[in-house]
Amino acid sequence: MLNAFLCVIRRDLLLAFRRQSDAFAALLFFVIAAALFPLGVGPEPAQLRAMAPGVLWVAALFSSMLSLNRLFASDHADGTLEQLLLCAEPLVVIVAAKTVAHWLVAGLPIVLLAPVLGLLFDLAPDAIGVLVASLLIGTPVLSLLGAIGGALTLGLRGGGVLVSLLVLPLQVPVLVFGAGAVGAQTSGLGASAHLLLLGGVLMFAAVLAPWATAAALRIALD
Amino acid sequence: MTSTLTHFPARGAAPLAWKYAAPAAFYPLAGKLVPMLFAAAVVLLALGLGIGFLVAPTDAQQGDAYRIIYVHVPAAWIAMVVYLAMAFWGAVGFVFGTRLSFMLMRALAPTGALAAFLCLWTGALWGRPTWGAWWVWDARLTSVLILLFLYLGFMALQSAIDDPRRADRAGALLALVGAVNVPVIYFSVQWWNTLHQGSSIRFGAAPTMAPDMLAGLLFSALGAWAWAGASVLRRLRAIVLEREADAAWVAQLPEVTA
Repeated sequence: MLNAFLCVIRRDLLLAFRRQSDAFAALLFFVIAAALFPLGVGPEPAQLRAMAPGVLWVAALFSSMLSLNRLFASDHADGTLEQLLLCAEPLVVIVAAKTVAHWLVAGLPIVLLAPVLGLLFDLAPDAIGVLVASLLIGTPVLSLLGAIGGALTLGLRGGGVLVSLLVLPLQVPVLVFGAGAVGAQTSGLGASAHLLLLGGVLMFAAVLAPWATAAALRIALD
Repeated sequence: MTSTLTHFPARGAAPLAWKYAAPAAFYPLAGKLVPMLFAAAVVLLALGLGIGFLVAPTDAQQGDAYRIIYVHVPAAWIAMVVYLAMAFWGAVGFVFGTRLSFMLMRALAPTGALAAFLCLWTGALWGRPTWGAWWVWDARLTSVLILLFLYLGFMALQSAIDDPRRADRAGALLALVGAVNVPVIYFSVQWWNTLHQGSSIRFGAAPTMAPDMLAGLLFSALGAWAWAGASVLRRLRAIVLEREADAAWVAQLPEVTA
């Protein structure tokens, strides 16, 4: 089982590596979206500092939406997904592995890039640390919940927009706790409560979401 | 697997609930219920709104503006309960594979979305004179807004899938995931709001209600529920006809043969 898990991760990472432009496009979207906000609201440092957590988190949320379509669609198109459904390993394990691979390609780069963008928004060093921690805990939830949406909309017309409609309302807690953690840190309350709650949401999603995704895949390929 | 089947009673002695799980049996029943529920809705709403607008006293703090409560609160109740009902019937459909429960789930969604929208709209109209703002990022308002988004997402998914079987099951899964998430969303939004500012406006802080107000509210809530039930059943009948168009019992219906 662990073998299949690692195998699927390796395969997905390899595929992503061979088609790097996809991953880079989503990442670039994250950077550009975040960089447009100061142009829209003005370069006032105090205002930017207050906005930064929300802006960066919303940009991360949107950029993760962009890559959800890729999660199952290309495997569906070339028939790999049907083989994965037929194989003897539990589908939940395969789905979990694909979700982990998706996070490694779409989520982790955002976590690593966030400190640089934090500097653009004039965040204090401790706030940047909390931002990175919150993204590290929160972006896996984006992938886990997003996988449900990606599986539900598999092969549907307008799937890209539809998946955002389904998934974005469900991501509200992640956004609230993630951006709230940085806000709490800068206002002197301390971020630990937010981060712990975010960790709770992650546990919750990690336990339940792969099952829901597997069920959604079975429905889609029924 | 076969052993479980023997636990079901023989066909003739099927309990009422199982009998009406068949679309062919439920369709005429719903046909009888719809006019009754609509009539009840008209009477109860007339009574509730009549008491609310004409009899109930003016509120000491909010003046006459509070009277929108007779529309606002029933809409809020319907919006919340209908989502749970949707998830419940989706789960029933998943477990028992009953077609009718999926159809009911589908029929519930537009009514719930409409109630959520009505709740927000009347809330804005109420907020303007009392709070001085059309919209406040209060925890309750925000969670109803997200509830509306969940309804709209559900309906968008339903309309994007052509195969009814897949649409049913995908919709049920989405409704269940949403229902599991609703408490988390509500809690997180409350947390978010209290963190930014101590909530300056609380619904619970209003003085306890006069008996006339309560009576008006109860009647209009019951009336709104009757209206919701009637419109859901009407929509359900349309969905049953659409889905079962090829069935023999549909061809024999008087409204089809006529």
